[in-house]
Parts: sequence; structure tokens; C-alpha cells
Amino acid sequence: MAGPPVQVTLNGESRDFPAETSVSELLTEVAPQGGRCAVEINRSIVPRSRHCEHTLQDGDVIEVVTFVGGG
Amino acid sequence: MIPGDTPLQIGSHSFDSRLFVGTGKYATFSQMREAVDVSETECVTVAVRRINMGPGESLLDFLDTERITLLPNTAGCFNADDAVRTARLAREALDSELVKLEVLADETTLLPDPLATLAAAEALVADGFTVLAYTNDDPIIARRLEEIGVAAVMPLGAPIGSGLGILNPRNIIAIKRAASVPVIVDAGVGTASDVTVAMELGVDGVLLNTGIAAADQPVRMALAMKHAWMAGRAAWLAGRMPARELAMPSSPTTGMINAS
Repeated sequence: MAGPPVQVTLNGESRDFPAETSVSELLTEVAPQGGRCAVEINRSIVPRSRHCEHTLQDGDVIEVVTFVGGG
Repeated sequence: MIPGDTPLQIGSHSFDSRLFVGTGKYATFSQMREAVDVSETECVTVAVRRINMGPGESLLDFLDTERITLLPNTAGCFNADDAVRTARLAREALDSELVKLEVLADETTLLPDPLATLAAAEALVADGFTVLAYTNDDPIIARRLEEIGVAAVMPLGAPIGSGLGILNPRNIIAIKRAASVPVIVDAGVGTASDVTVAMELGVDGVLLNTGIAAADQPVRMALAMKHAWMAGRAAWLAGRMPARELAMPSSPTTGMINAS
């Protein structure tokens, strides 16, 4: 049985996710069309190879970034 | 590529076009795509930002990454740590070791912070990045960046988005003369002749964004920029005539009919 929801900061905003949410699951919500993106949790990049295994923890500060226009 | 020229080599990447184009400030993604296509650039810069959590188009849907190399920048970073962090995020997202390093001193001048740029360049080179380093037109800073191991130095022509052109050509010449890595003028280009002037100084390439995106007709300006870099590069390779103080006739001075 999963534990209580985890509260994280995602791209600067406070969010709740079910316990045991993986980074992959996070991305299906945050980046539904897929595409090139990178995930950093508590200032540490979570590599793509670990997205399925890495689960969100209470208090995590998460940045999900992608590419936009720029010079 | 100009006939008889060699491609521009940066790290393991090879480019026939010496024009690099930014993808920011366009009215629409479609306009950006058309301008990029017409310019015939082979490398565009992109910025790294928080993902927009909603439906909508994304920039990369409008770029043919089979043909065009993406060059992530660290724009928006005002210290070395943020620049390094941004470069690493870009590398994770793109699987590419290329980065255009930008560490700016403040939001008003948008001038590069030379000390932070040197520090970030050192960290990124040690971490295996191919660093194209945006810098000011100071030949000493350019030399230090090369000593650190950057793959290219990118001196500004003028402040970002100013369109003032090549403000200090003598320093650009000095940077190119001393460099053994490619020199790419980046920032301040306002119109086509600025690109030609830069290429005639002997630099290896020019990067611009606002000069195209903020033109009244960006796609038309992109076409102008394509011709501009080629004109400048061909003129440089051709070796210009020496400038003279006094006039010299172009038609023979003998065999003329009797003057009245």
C-alpha cells in the first residue's frame, strides 16, 4: 500500500503527487507530447536511464526544462 | 560554402555555412522556420527554460534536426554556477556536448562577465563540453578562453540586440590574428552589411538573432544575411586591393584622341 502523497516544488510551484510517483510518470503529466527535456531534482540531474526507477520524495525541488527560442 | 574554401570545423562538427542564427524573438514558430530555411544556416541556437505545462506547439517541432545542428545557450545566466548547471541540463536533454556559453554581468548592458565566463568555461571544458564562448572584444580574454580549451571564441560586435554593428573592428582583427580556434562574431549585428564587414575582417563565422527577427521582413532579411556572409567570406578569400590615399585611373592614360 502506497504512503501519503508527496509535496514537491515543481518549476517553482508547490504540487502534490501520489507516493511512489516516478520521474517517468511525472513527465507523462508535465510533458505529455514527449520531446527533448531534462529533469533536475535538488540540483542534481536525473538521467533519462533512471526516470522509471527514480521516485519523487517529499520536499523535492524539481526543475523540468526544455528548449525554447533564443539567440 | 564558397568554392575553394574549407568547411568551418568546431569540435567534431563541420559546417558549410558560416552563418549561425538564433531562434528567439520571431513573431511565430512558422516565421522562425522560414527564416532559418532561407538563411541556409546549418546551426541554430536555442535557450533552456522551464517546460510550459500545457498544450501547444514546441520550438523543436519547427526545426529539421536532421539538417540543422542545435546549439544550446546559457542565456539568462548571471553567474558561472548557473551557466554550468544550464549547460548540463541542455546536454542531458539533447545528448550533445555542444554549448554556447553566455554568462552576463547584468540585465541592462547584457555584456558578458569576463571573470565568470572564464570560470564557467574551465568547468565545462573539464566536464567534456565543446564550448563556444561568448565574450567581449578583448583580445586578452579571448586568449585566456583559448588557453582554457574552448572550441571557439565568440566576440561581440556590439551589445546583444543593439543592432549597432561591428563597433571595434581593430580588436576583432587582433582576436582573429592571435587565435588558433575559430572566431565567430556574435551579437550586435543589425543588417546585412554588418555581417559582410565582420567576414571581411577574416573571422570564421557570424551569429545573429535580432538582426533577422526584428527586421520588418525577417524572411527577406534572412536571405540578405545568406548573401552577406558569402560576399564577405569570398571577399576575404579573394584578398582586397590596398586602400590608397590618391586616385589611380582605371582606364589607359595613353592613346587618347587629341584633347580640345
